[in-house]
Amino acid sequence: MDIAGTVRAFLVDSFLYGQDSADLREDTSLLAAGHIDSTGVLEIIAFLESSFGVSVEPEEMVPENLDSIACIERYVLRKLSPPPPSA
Amino acid sequence: MAFTRESLRIDCRRVCAEVIAALQQQVRHRLRRRGAVVCVSGGIDSSVTAALCVRAFGPERVRALALPERDSSPESLAYAQLLCNHLALDLVVESIGAALEAQGCYARRDDAVRAAIPEYGDGWKMKLVLGHGLLETGRLNVFRVRAEGPDGVTREERVSLDSYLAIVAATNMKQRTRMVRAYYHAEALNYAHVGSHNRDEYVLGFMVRYGDIGVDCMPIGLLYKTQVYELAAHLGLPEVIRTQTPTSDTYSAQQSQEEFFFALPFSVLDPLLYAWEHDVPAPEAAMGLGLSAEGVERAYRDFESKVRSTQHMRELPLLVGSPPR
Repeated sequence: MDIAGTVRAFLVDSFLYGQDSADLREDTSLLAAGHIDSTGVLEIIAFLESSFGVSVEPEEMVPENLDSIACIERYVLRKLSPPPPSA
Repeated sequence: MAFTRESLRIDCRRVCAEVIAALQQQVRHRLRRRGAVVCVSGGIDSSVTAALCVRAFGPERVRALALPERDSSPESLAYAQLLCNHLALDLVVESIGAALEAQGCYARRDDAVRAAIPEYGDGWKMKLVLGHGLLETGRLNVFRVRAEGPDGVTREERVSLDSYLAIVAATNMKQRTRMVRAYYHAEALNYAHVGSHNRDEYVLGFMVRYGDIGVDCMPIGLLYKTQVYELAAHLGLPEVIRTQTPTSDTYSAQQSQEEFFFALPFSVLDPLLYAWEHDVPAPEAAMGLGLSAEGVERAYRDFESKVRSTQHMRELPLLVGSPPR
């Protein structure tokens, strides 16, 4: 599953009017770069939930999880990974 | 001088004099109007604005206008009347509820709420709320809708983008309808429509384009909320108005401005906003305010995001090219 590629395609289509840009690096802050605002965050959350089957909890709605392609990829992988076995 | 909370202290006598002189110059000479129309909500900002207008023009040249609707708090009208009694103003009250009903404001909003909370209906109240934790975790601004049923049951759900946009668009009809009504009075009297936004609202974009920002001038637009409170005390406004919690008075459920937009109490927001606007490094601001540097950085990023996404509201409509004059 190419999470980063899927997310990039969504971002380009939804916020960059279909025009990918070399400025959109994997570590580009989507908020700081002005690519998204608070409504954009809602769109990203809805996309992740429908595309990857994850549920984004309120306490997980932080920049460390959602503010760049790399952050989103790491977050989705964590959500999709099975929980560690209890000791 | 090191940054502290005291950096926001103002000389109320001097500021009052400056604002009154500016009002007179702007209204009489720039706008060529004979007086001021002020929409009074009973809140601190419109109360201070009305008081300054009375000092600038005299009560006989100030029209105080209250424009309640179905969701307005009854206390708002009572406080507006109290203020006008204090300032020797006649309060003109005109309900905009029927106009909003005709425009489908309530029906459109309620349909959008029901998409998230199906049982929402007659007798229910609602509001949009933000989560907590801006300084502690940098949590993003994601709205939830909270509804309160007539039997006391409370439901809170995350709202979809479509529903959120529909709720906001429908609700913004209130501010835009008030603007229409205020300008009727202003133009009929040849008065200026004087707005009541404070600096937090203006800079961070807590306003509705062509709604509450549809005014001719904003005399307290560069004053932080806490400074507005200082002026209110200096102007001798009634204590009950000076001590009430600022509300949005927009949704049917009571909602503070903090939970709807600012995400921080004004006692924290104002010095942080001041520090950000005056390029105070985060560690210095943190030391001056007893906060963590990380928390200050998170607040700074929130300010940047809010300013950037609302910049269009502080500008004129866009043109292709520039006019010759």
